[in-house]
Amino acid sequence: MRESLIQGSYLIASVLFILGLRSLTRPDKARRGMQLAATGMLFAVAGTLLNHTIIDYRWIAGGLVIGVIIGYPMGMWVPMTAMPQRIAISLTFSALAATLVGVAEYHTDLLSGELPGRAKMAAIGFEVMLGSITVGGTLVAAGKLQEWITSKPVTYKGQNFVNGLVFLAVLGLMVFTIVDPTQEGAFFVMIGASLVFGVMLVMPIGGADMPVVVALLNSYSGLAACAMGFALGNVILIISGALDGASGFILSILMSKAMNRSFTNVLFGAFGSETTAASGKSSAGLTVRSIGVEDAAIQLAYAQLVIVIPGYGMAVAQAQHAVRELSEMIEKRGGEVKFAVHPVAGRMPGHMNVLLAEANVPYDKLYDMDEINGEFDRADVALVIGANDVVNPAARNDKASPIYGMPILNADHAKAVIVLKRGMSAGFAGIENELFYDRRTSMLFGDAKASLTGLIGEIKNV
Amino acid sequence: MQILELYVFVLAAFVGYMVISRVPPLLHTPLMAATNAISGISLVGSLIAAGAAHNRVATILGFIAVVCATSNIVGGFLITDRMLRMFKRESPAGAKQPANSQ
Repeated sequence: MRESLIQGSYLIASVLFILGLRSLTRPDKARRGMQLAATGMLFAVAGTLLNHTIIDYRWIAGGLVIGVIIGYPMGMWVPMTAMPQRIAISLTFSALAATLVGVAEYHTDLLSGELPGRAKMAAIGFEVMLGSITVGGTLVAAGKLQEWITSKPVTYKGQNFVNGLVFLAVLGLMVFTIVDPTQEGAFFVMIGASLVFGVMLVMPIGGADMPVVVALLNSYSGLAACAMGFALGNVILIISGALDGASGFILSILMSKAMNRSFTNVLFGAFGSETTAASGKSSAGLTVRSIGVEDAAIQLAYAQLVIVIPGYGMAVAQAQHAVRELSEMIEKRGGEVKFAVHPVAGRMPGHMNVLLAEANVPYDKLYDMDEINGEFDRADVALVIGANDVVNPAARNDKASPIYGMPILNADHAKAVIVLKRGMSAGFAGIENELFYDRRTSMLFGDAKASLTGLIGEIKNV
Repeated sequence: MQILELYVFVLAAFVGYMVISRVPPLLHTPLMAATNAISGISLVGSLIAAGAAHNRVATILGFIAVVCATSNIVGGFLITDRMLRMFKRESPAGAKQPANSQ
């Protein structure tokens, strides 16, 4: 009876999780769907508490209370601009939980004298390995995103070789402990080596590649939960872990595609380290046309269609509210404003969409690359705000460029381009952008937020 | 038993792949937050480790795991809801210019 109650609650939870994720295909249904998923989680937890092996509820109660106290601020107070780091840290948490449960399981089995069988030991091995790789990797990723650690790629000669060796060592130790589970030392060395491997895996990855890495680590943490499910013989863990793993996997593939780079290239290529010298065209002899706020305001005020291209620079300058205000001004004057969001704009998948939605930009004005690229030809102004590599025409026509082949937004097809930029520094990929030297392009230098506020003021006077 | 679990894994991965590949880029950040919240499911394993009273080490490791997993569940679902609440259509009634974006 008790067992069927538990299994029933797990079944309900699985169905609700899948329905919840499915609701995310529709922005208007998503909120309701995620509330269903949260209810599913309640079922899963309640069902687990019925488990007959649980005899002492004191530690559980304490853990639940502290978890709620930590989780509430992480959910309610973290600003949307800090979402990438926030996601990275919560991946650390879920991977850490998986690792610790794996260690606890292993330790208990050793103490009881009932050695785990090969299959179980393999499951525990994968659980702690994937878990600790994720813990190491996400901590570095969070540090980079928060800029506690340099967001530039950290590389040295023979790096891939060293990483490969460490990974082989991890695999070797895992096989060793599967064959002989009494080798406690090897088990813990494996955990340490996995942690180190996670750190070393993410250190050489630059800020602009973070969307891929965060998605990939998401997938690992899901697989760790899956392995936990195999170790404990628990179906709900396997199902939810597989859903997580699939989600992270799909996102990392989409992100790599949007950068026209293979998975391995992102992980082992250390983008931006050797590119500056190799870049085909240099800016020598080219001039940029700088523009004042007044002139830019006039262009925008009389435009029929303005396409805004937001990039990470917009988030850094906290300019999203000013962008929305400007777009409302243009619309009031009869113009149309659309937002073109590149899949890898920002530091995580969908980052720009959330920031603009927070600034009250309606989501039917946010367009994916494929939806909007045909419309640049009839756009009067493409307004580039803190974006760089995603509008670099070199991706289309300069075979020597490291971003050659990456799908970009066709900003250069617009009748005029206005670029809001702090200065003439190259983008994260460290590549010169010939769009900035185009004769139809005007540069509006300065802090994006200040420039936008200036534009809003000027348009009122036009 | 193990092979049955393998079936469950493979089928769940397929369902996940089918469902999630239809999520539009617009909602990719909420998707990540949502899967984070769901990954708090490791609470299930953590609860068993913390409550089984096998030995002190397992109990304490389980306790830390319960804290981590719970904060993910609570924080994850809250932040997903906070984000999804922000996604609004142009007209509050939703009647103006239907299918404009198609």
